Amino acid sequence: MPTTQSQIVNFQSVAKSFGAVSALAGVDLHVDAGECLGLVGHNGAGKSTLMNVLAGTLSPDTGVMSIHGQDLAEHYNVTVAHDQGIRCVFQEQSLCPNLTVAENARIFHASLKGFGWKKRAGKMIIDKLDEIFPDHGIQDNDVVGDLTIGRRQMVEISRAFTVTDKALDLVILDEPTSSLDVVTATQLLTYVRKAVGEGQSCILISHLLGEILDYSDRILIMKDGAVIAEKLAADFTRDSLVTAMGNVVEEKEIEAHVQFEKVRGETPQVVCALPRTQTNGTEFIAHKGEIVGLAGLASNGQTAMLLQVFEGATKRVPNTKVEAPVAFVAGDRQSDGVFHLWSIGQNIGVRSLKNMIKGWWLIDVAQEVFMADDWKNKIKIKTPDMNDNILSLSGGNQQKALFGRALGSDAEIILMDDPMRGVDVGTKLEVYDLIRAEAEEGRTFLWYTTEMDELFNCDHIYVFCEGKIVSELSRSELTEEKVLQCSFKENA
Amino acid sequence: MSIMIASTKNLIQKPWIWSYLGMIVVWLATITFTKGLGGGAMITAALSFAAFTVIVGIGQMFVISLGPGNVDLSIPANIALSGAVATKIMDSSNDMLLVGFLVAMGCGLAVGIFNYALIRILKIPPIIATLSASFLILSTAIAYGRGLKIKPPTMLAEFATWQIYGIPILAVFVVGLAIVMSVVLHHTFYGRSVLAIGQNMRAAWLAGINVERIRLSTYVLSAMLASLCGLLLSGFSGGASLNMGEEYLLGSIAVVVIGGTSVAGGKANVPGIWGAALFMFLLVTMLNTFGASAGIRLIMTGLIIVAVITLAGGEKQLD
Amino acid sequence: MLNYLTSPKFLRSALPAASLLLLLAAIFYIQPRAMSHFGMNLMLQYAVPIALATIAQMFIITVNDLDLSIGPFVGLTACIGATLLVTDPILGVLALIACIAAYAALGALIYWRNLPSIVVTLGMSFVWLGVAVLVLPTPGGTAPDWVKAIMSFKIPGIPFPIFAAAVIALVVHFALMRSSYGAVLRGAGGNPKAIGRAGWSLLKIKMVMFAAAGFFGVLAGLSLIGLTSAADAHIADRYTLYAIAGVILGGGEFVGGRVSPTGAVLGALTLTLTGSFLIFLKISPDWQIGAQGGVLIIVLALRALINRREASA
Repeated sequence: MPTTQSQIVNFQSVAKSFGAVSALAGVDLHVDAGECLGLVGHNGAGKSTLMNVLAGTLSPDTGVMSIHGQDLAEHYNVTVAHDQGIRCVFQEQSLCPNLTVAENARIFHASLKGFGWKKRAGKMIIDKLDEIFPDHGIQDNDVVGDLTIGRRQMVEISRAFTVTDKALDLVILDEPTSSLDVVTATQLLTYVRKAVGEGQSCILISHLLGEILDYSDRILIMKDGAVIAEKLAADFTRDSLVTAMGNVVEEKEIEAHVQFEKVRGETPQVVCALPRTQTNGTEFIAHKGEIVGLAGLASNGQTAMLLQVFEGATKRVPNTKVEAPVAFVAGDRQSDGVFHLWSIGQNIGVRSLKNMIKGWWLIDVAQEVFMADDWKNKIKIKTPDMNDNILSLSGGNQQKALFGRALGSDAEIILMDDPMRGVDVGTKLEVYDLIRAEAEEGRTFLWYTTEMDELFNCDHIYVFCEGKIVSELSRSELTEEKVLQCSFKENA
Repeated sequence: MSIMIASTKNLIQKPWIWSYLGMIVVWLATITFTKGLGGGAMITAALSFAAFTVIVGIGQMFVISLGPGNVDLSIPANIALSGAVATKIMDSSNDMLLVGFLVAMGCGLAVGIFNYALIRILKIPPIIATLSASFLILSTAIAYGRGLKIKPPTMLAEFATWQIYGIPILAVFVVGLAIVMSVVLHHTFYGRSVLAIGQNMRAAWLAGINVERIRLSTYVLSAMLASLCGLLLSGFSGGASLNMGEEYLLGSIAVVVIGGTSVAGGKANVPGIWGAALFMFLLVTMLNTFGASAGIRLIMTGLIIVAVITLAGGEKQLD
Repeated sequence: MLNYLTSPKFLRSALPAASLLLLLAAIFYIQPRAMSHFGMNLMLQYAVPIALATIAQMFIITVNDLDLSIGPFVGLTACIGATLLVTDPILGVLALIACIAAYAALGALIYWRNLPSIVVTLGMSFVWLGVAVLVLPTPGGTAPDWVKAIMSFKIPGIPFPIFAAAVIALVVHFALMRSSYGAVLRGAGGNPKAIGRAGWSLLKIKMVMFAAAGFFGVLAGLSLIGLTSAADAHIADRYTLYAIAGVILGGGEFVGGRVSPTGAVLGALTLTLTGSFLIFLKISPDWQIGAQGGVLIIVLALRALINRREASA
């Protein structure tokens, strides 16, 4: 499509690979002045990679990158992007925690120097904060490291909208509301509409489909590194959007897998824990052989609950009773799970090393190899050799290896920290079957998931909000509306 | 033929091969210069002196493998203290040899626990913790060891200096120690735990490893090896002196790095420590033989360390 | 007001000054005669070179590195100052500039290959020592007259070391904590990725900080020979540990770009005084070095207590 006058960005067949892995497979994208483009897709769809290319932090392998009518693919970087009026607020923190708010604003603008720079920078950022987030309560000499996550997010977003000497045409917001509460999220999205009305553009990435539908003009759906659908927001409904995104296990499919519902209390309690900030005495309870779900908006204390149980298994933790050995399946592979220098087999065996000791202290390598091959087959890990480095596996297969590590251990309680993120449907169904089978044998599963439909695998669900349990539901009582209702503070 | 190529390829990929190659190159260079004289004596001396560096190098290797920021700077002070205390207790008597050994090990245990207490309870970074500890340990050694002119027990001195066909018994003992430690590193639960913690401390904790216990054991291991070194050094040098540990601060770290262990943690090997220790000693010998002055020797030693780490590079950022 | 004074944040930043004042009070209690112009001058004599070396280390620590070679480097600059600078001033100045350039090159190398600074500076400590031994094989040399003159400058009412320390702290504070580029430099320690993403050159930042360290290392060496008049290659070996201790005592942290120039200078003063304190306590010089370790541990223990209070608040 040829570039029009008011077009800010026009990508044609932009592609990017990391080694053998293709992250972007020939993407076409255009953004006009005065519009908000919503970008949706599951983890691993390529949204972040595409935005990194647009923001200048990654160089594309091939394709035409036309910005304001010029093809800049050859020498594009962050500085060029800034000069062209394109800014990006990434998911990870781009603030320096050791500097103040004003100093962080200065970092963003090379031209803020000379006598009196601090005052100018401070005024600029506070003015913008006032504009977007009234009553924010932040001061320009606050040290960023001392601010709450929500406030840091507010500073980072406001900073992206500040202008000194170069015009601002396009702001990319990657999951901007993930650390904001309902009030500030609404303030932000309202401001975005206002800015768009004044001619600026915005690309909004969010997994909260409601936000995308309510605040974008046009929606792009990405899957497996390509754009699979592009329509006006008005032409989508929530259901049609979800269907178009694919990769979601339908409730009906799960129902076909679920045999029967457990009656609570038939088996002994294996976990009884009071969340640290719980005020009304509601305890987190799991019985042997149960699959207990942890629900609610992301990062509302579910992982903390899992970790409390994890610690309670080996140490004395107040108000926490854990009656059997536990194992943990990480969701954030890189920081919590994978040992990147080791082989696949070693990664699987690490939780069970104590049980592989023969003689006095030596680890029985034959046993380790046996366990690796056993789980390669059980969980169908796609690899020619279990002695290969773990990073040679795809993300989904790495996740399978982490499952193998936990399920192959002597643990009777398995803690799962949203482990299905970015895993393909086929794998998900296989793992659900495995979990069901193991639960039949008496293993208990504590399952934190951000995918509503996965909760239908669980026998009992606890909904969390701001670190506390606000509601419990049994499988038969479970509906998406009920969970959503409880997840927000006003209704707690 | 293809088997030979395959096994050579395998050998070249081992991280410790370069230290041994370096050692051979340096030895050949020296012999060429002396026209063949003294080659054997050089090897004997190298084995003798390198053995001590290897003992502390092994301990340092385990500590460094725990992950970035972990290093034991208290080794020299510990060597001095253990040497002084053991020598005084043994009082040149062969009957007290076992007691002296146990006392030295006790020093190591105490130092290791003290180091880790600073790290764990006071949350002091290991560099500073072992550094401040070394100040205290050294002062203790100085105060304790004033006027120390006691000779080591004859059995200890003999063990440290005895040679059979030019091979020092001490070196054989330390090779045995190295083999045991290598097995510990790669094939025991403890060794695997160290390597797991070095790669990703949080993942190791979540995988069921008792991270604090393993770290404590490692700092104790390093301290006890340093104490062993102090004991043997006092036998080798005819008595304990307060600065006999000085060269082992940088030396212990250098042989770990040059031997191919990753400073980022999680990847280690023991053979490289022997290769690096021999290489460093023979390098100094070579420079001496060439008539290089003390200044040149120091510069070359330093540049070698910088060159090796530059070639190895740092941990690639996992973006 | 009371709330602020007992808040963890204030306590943490006041700790360096408080430790110093406490130490001074203890010294005066034991030996009141030390409270003279002469006494202070004597006790704090070596504070200036130690403070300069500490500032040098602070620059390195700001960008998340550590310099294990600053001691031998100070020894090298002292040796150059006591020989070349006197016999052939132009060559001497060039040699010192080359030293600073070498430090900048090190910073570039560490950045380019992503090297662990502990190992690189470890190797360089041998190199500095070797060059120093080449320049001055045996102790000797003479300090340039102008250096001696500066170091024996007499100011009525204030002992020179305190005056000099204040000047150093002030200058570095303005350069690093108040200037606009200083914010960028410190930011590189707090979140280097973000600084790079904002378009700043991380390579340039590393080189600037290392060059600054080299510059202050040169000043440390020169000020040292201004006091001792002669030099030798090993004259400042202890300074590596002093410098690290001084930065930490002053509230600096190894990672995160959180440093304090005033704190570092105060830390250096504290360490310098510890020696005198022990002499007055009639503790044998054997325990001097141990006490410095003890002071470091005590201060860090206090900081840990304050942090723990903050975490549970």
